[in-house]
Amino acid sequence: MRKNQKVLLILLALLLLPQCAGAVTDGTASVYTYNFDYWGEIMESPDAYRVDETITSVTLGLDTPMNAPQSLYVNGERLYVVDRGNNRILELTRESETFSLVRIIDRVARAEPETFNNPNDIAADQEGNLYVADTNNNRVIVMDRELNYIKSFTKPTDSTFDQNAEFLPSKLVVDSAGRVFVNATNVNKGLVKYEADGTFAGFIGANKVTYNMWDYIWKKFFSTKEQREQMASFVPTEYKNIYIDKDGFIYATNINFSEGDLLGDAAHPIRRLNSLGNDILIKNDRYPPIGDLYWSEGLAVNDYHGPSKLYDITVLDNDIYVAVDRMRGRVFGYDSQGIMLWAFGTRGSAENSFNGAVSIEHMGKDLIVLDEFTARVTVFKPTEYGNLIYQASELYLNGEYDESAVTWKEIQKLNANYTLSYIGIGRAQMRQNDFSGAMENFKKAYSRVNFSKAYRYYRQEWMEKNILWVALALLVLVAFFAGRGFIRKKKWEVEAHDRSKALTKH
Amino acid sequence: MTEAKRLQSTDRPSEKGFSRYLASLRYALYVITHPFDGFWDLNREKRGSLAAANTMLFLFLLTYVLKLMYTNFQFIMVPIQYINVYQRMASLALPFLVLCLANWALTTLFDGKGRFKDIYIGMCYALTPYVLIQLPCILLSHVLAYDEADFYSVLISFSEIWCGFLVFVALMEIHDFGPGKTLISIVATVIGAMVILFLVMVFFSLLSDAFSFFASLYKEVRFRLS
Repeated sequence: MRKNQKVLLILLALLLLPQCAGAVTDGTASVYTYNFDYWGEIMESPDAYRVDETITSVTLGLDTPMNAPQSLYVNGERLYVVDRGNNRILELTRESETFSLVRIIDRVARAEPETFNNPNDIAADQEGNLYVADTNNNRVIVMDRELNYIKSFTKPTDSTFDQNAEFLPSKLVVDSAGRVFVNATNVNKGLVKYEADGTFAGFIGANKVTYNMWDYIWKKFFSTKEQREQMASFVPTEYKNIYIDKDGFIYATNINFSEGDLLGDAAHPIRRLNSLGNDILIKNDRYPPIGDLYWSEGLAVNDYHGPSKLYDITVLDNDIYVAVDRMRGRVFGYDSQGIMLWAFGTRGSAENSFNGAVSIEHMGKDLIVLDEFTARVTVFKPTEYGNLIYQASELYLNGEYDESAVTWKEIQKLNANYTLSYIGIGRAQMRQNDFSGAMENFKKAYSRVNFSKAYRYYRQEWMEKNILWVALALLVLVAFFAGRGFIRKKKWEVEAHDRSKALTKH
Repeated sequence: MTEAKRLQSTDRPSEKGFSRYLASLRYALYVITHPFDGFWDLNREKRGSLAAANTMLFLFLLTYVLKLMYTNFQFIMVPIQYINVYQRMASLALPFLVLCLANWALTTLFDGKGRFKDIYIGMCYALTPYVLIQLPCILLSHVLAYDEADFYSVLISFSEIWCGFLVFVALMEIHDFGPGKTLISIVATVIGAMVILFLVMVFFSLLSDAFSFFASLYKEVRFRLS
């Protein structure tokens, strides 16, 4: 009885244990800059970027404050802010590290109409002509530097474009040949492409329709007509934002997908489109570039649940791309191999946090983020740590492996949890034929493929050094087994002989 | 089969004590190579022993844990910082025992000849290939490179298929079933194990409800009295 009681008590204690364990927080709430380790755990890291300057209506001395600004565009030292609510565009310039207002663009000379109506984006071509996505005037308007009207791109008259739908250009990019790619609201065939002379050249890079089998069956066979009408129809969605890099590839972000697709890397929230509209983004990391891997902030008050919503993307000159997540106000940097370099940011109203981050741009290596709610432009400068990361990956891309290893070691002094640094050092060690050292570093980075390469060399080297001993060991082994077999056989022969003798005796 | 081996295999268990234990352990090697004979004689001829079966189960759990901890990271990537060895062992041992129990419960109803002890011993002996192959595989994993992983994975799958085959034959021989009936009994066993787990969970959840009821009753009474 006594014993049974004890067992029962232990079982009860085990049952109650999980309830006592208390709330588990994932730690993201208190971490500003971080990285993911191999297991997807959040590893706090030194700041890669810090706020250098914040630009508001006050610092610019604007009479009418900015109202729901939507987009940023950098052209040389000029920064354009599309102030949608006031139907105008602010042109700023950076002189001695601070931004000041150059002019306010709110009308285009000799255009019809001259003013903007709900402008959403701006871009410039190589001559410096400005292209504005003038959404509710149904046009992309082009003007020269002195704001004289040149031309406009309007709704294509082609039959592939739905003539009943309104043409609402929201985002645009211009390539080096003057071709214009427009992301239009409610156009789900992809980006609208115009030749430089204004002729419609078709759609590229359509988002694929996504639905799962279960939804399809449910809708097709188990729903009434009324229910079907209530449900979302399976149509592809337009992109959220686009950016064209220096090589003419279009980076697009997408925020409409199911969480399941994202986990299975079927959603592609960040894409790199080639001229045929195919996604050629390289993903060599364990986790695809999707922003945050944890979608719930635990039990915190500001509980933003769901995957990152990447509202904008920009690509630095070293092919590092940076996307901004409006959901949690975070900025994610990935290198050209799709490996996350850092993530930073949080929701809030402090100067280094965002409430409604909608746009991101870069000027050199500085990042500029626009917050539509607080109508504030925040300029971030890379810290020593951030600069070292850029330096190391650039050195590596240029083939200066030994110098990059030195830089990676500097990074390790600042952040010993930086996975990429171990791979960088390991690669340099491999070039110096230090295979066991390389193996150790690759193992720390959990890099199977690299480890395997180093290990093969190591094994070969070891074999060449110890071939004599290996041969000797094999010889001894063979001799041992052969000898044992021989002895056993003899033994059995003797036994059998004895037995047959015994049998004949009887 | 050579004469020597035949003689060895049909030796009657005449030894006592520790040497009998060793003989029954060594008999596992015979069982896995001659499952039909081996499992038939395992209990009927008393060639196996409970001690050897326990040893085999323990070795199986040990192999599993060693595999997780010491296999080269190229082949098995486990978050080593989160591994609780005892928890991992229990997560294999408990389902094993529950399945044995479920099988015994069901086969008793359907003319199975095996007792619980017979089933337990048989199942434990069927795990032998896992230990024999996967334990050396841990060493092998430190010799192979990642692009030679096929050698490793073939051995691992081979050991698992072998074990599965042995389990099937063991149940067939222990209960004296035909292959079809064995298959049905295996499916039923899995369902039975789920039922057992469900009942256990219901029991403990009711128990904790009852406990909290009395706890709150006590609190209430104290509150009223004070």
